[in-house]
Amino acid sequence: MAIIETRCLKKTFGKIEAVRGIDLDIEKGEIFGLLGPNGAGKTTTIGMLCTIVRPTSGRGSIAGFDIARQPTQVRRNVGIVFQDPTLDTILTGRENLELHARLYGIPTSVRKAWIEEMLELVDLKGRAGDLTKTYSGGMRRRLELARGLLHRPAVLFLDEPTLGLDPQTRARTWEYIRKMAAKEHTTVMLTTHYMEEAQAVCDRIGIIDAGRIIALDTPANMIDSLGGDIVAVAAPRPPLEAIRSLPYVSAVKMNEETVEISMKSAHLHLAEILSLIPDVISVEMRKPTLNDVFIKLTGRDIREDTVENGGGWVEAAARYNQRGR
Amino acid sequence: MRQLLLKEFMGISAVWWREFKVFRREKSRILASFVQPMMWLFLFGSGVGASLSVGSINYRDYIYPGILTMSVIFGSVFFGLYIIWDRKLDVLKAVLVAPVTRISIFFGKVLGGCTDVIMQVAILFMFSFLFPAVNPWGIPQAVLILMVTSIALVAVGLSLGSLMESLEGFQVISAFVVFPLFFLSGALFPVDDRLPSWLGSLVKINPLSYTVDGVRGALLGVSIAPFYVNLGVVTLFAAVMLVAGSILFSRMK
Repeated sequence: MAIIETRCLKKTFGKIEAVRGIDLDIEKGEIFGLLGPNGAGKTTTIGMLCTIVRPTSGRGSIAGFDIARQPTQVRRNVGIVFQDPTLDTILTGRENLELHARLYGIPTSVRKAWIEEMLELVDLKGRAGDLTKTYSGGMRRRLELARGLLHRPAVLFLDEPTLGLDPQTRARTWEYIRKMAAKEHTTVMLTTHYMEEAQAVCDRIGIIDAGRIIALDTPANMIDSLGGDIVAVAAPRPPLEAIRSLPYVSAVKMNEETVEISMKSAHLHLAEILSLIPDVISVEMRKPTLNDVFIKLTGRDIREDTVENGGGWVEAAARYNQRGR
Repeated sequence: MRQLLLKEFMGISAVWWREFKVFRREKSRILASFVQPMMWLFLFGSGVGASLSVGSINYRDYIYPGILTMSVIFGSVFFGLYIIWDRKLDVLKAVLVAPVTRISIFFGKVLGGCTDVIMQVAILFMFSFLFPAVNPWGIPQAVLILMVTSIALVAVGLSLGSLMESLEGFQVISAFVVFPLFFLSGALFPVDDRLPSWLGSLVKINPLSYTVDGVRGALLGVSIAPFYVNLGVVTLFAAVMLVAGSILFSRMK
């Protein structure tokens, strides 16, 4: 049985359909990425799986416990790292973990050992006695990761774990996530809109747009489905028909002055392609990314409607509505 | 079932533990909570006491029970209201997703607030020897009724705090809840038929008047109602506020 399972999971806030029916089966030990622009329903989906947001309809389970009927058991089996920092800044790093351990009923006999082990894992042992308000953004994130895993949950949810961090800290944070997931064989479900990072870290990816999963596969398969490498040639009059008739070309797309040709093993065919096109201005060859997958599926760039550091409007609406309840 | 209760108890004590840690860290708050009542007693009480006594008791000594109650009122309500701030900073978010019921978190907060306030009051009790009219043997009784009062008022603060979205409501609560509760408790004057009748009636419906009367009876030996009546009224008030508070807190956010 899958460790995370959802069927037709839906959430509407008033007239806004934040999540329009999601089916997922995520296996134990998997690192699963939920990708999509802000407002796509990522945070709401995670909120439902963590029992913070009540589903409008459909069902879901974590480690066999129903998210609507057995919220306490679900909560015990999940760890959460929120998009916005939620550390108690008037407590020290160690005290934050201690509070968490007490709330989750971790027995006193192992409490101390588990806390020290987690602090070690995220390299915060030296600063564990300092108030967390003195921590840097990266350190806070690490402590939150440690906190999320402290009670040894079956599933760890990470909502935009690297948002607002500088690139170097982002890379290190991913290292920690991978290390921690491997250690306890923890299933990780994360959301991000950094496509490259998701590609590098996730076993499988679900692309979510406007409240629906529109693609679900391994990053490699998704990228392969685009038909290999992309050769972008800027030229005034490319002979589109001639290019299209080449046996190894899988797709040809005209983009203003640039023709984008997809093919496997582009480096072997580049010379022939260029010999067909007159007056070449420039040539670029690149591996496709998940962003290309997203563009192909939705016709939009994921970054178009992405704002750094900001929650999407559906997420904002979600927060507003939860308050009002 | 027993397992479940144990887990909830651990949740309550976890929140309690946190509040206690925070309390010990905020030394300036402890100092302020001591200095302000002392100013009331010595700068206000001694001033008025120079020309006024109530019965045979000097005015400054007479308001000692009232000022203790004042400390409890301000400390408790503001402690409860503080959750608006916690919510704004998302400090509460991580606590609210723990496998602990909201009611346990609420009770943990109430106990935490009550502990803070009673520790503040304990400092004031240590100086009771400066007030000749105060009978030290009455202190345990006084602490008991102040403790129950504090529980009730932390619940009031948490209830109001869970209803409010922003800190702007703070001033409103201060002006329309906290100060009236204090002034109408008879903390600064004796409650008898010399009071204008409208004022007398308002004092009688204020549950905190019973706290002041109870503490006065315990420490000064003068009271209107017997101690068990005062304690009974205050306990009932606390029970009502705990129920109301648990409901509002569970619905919050």
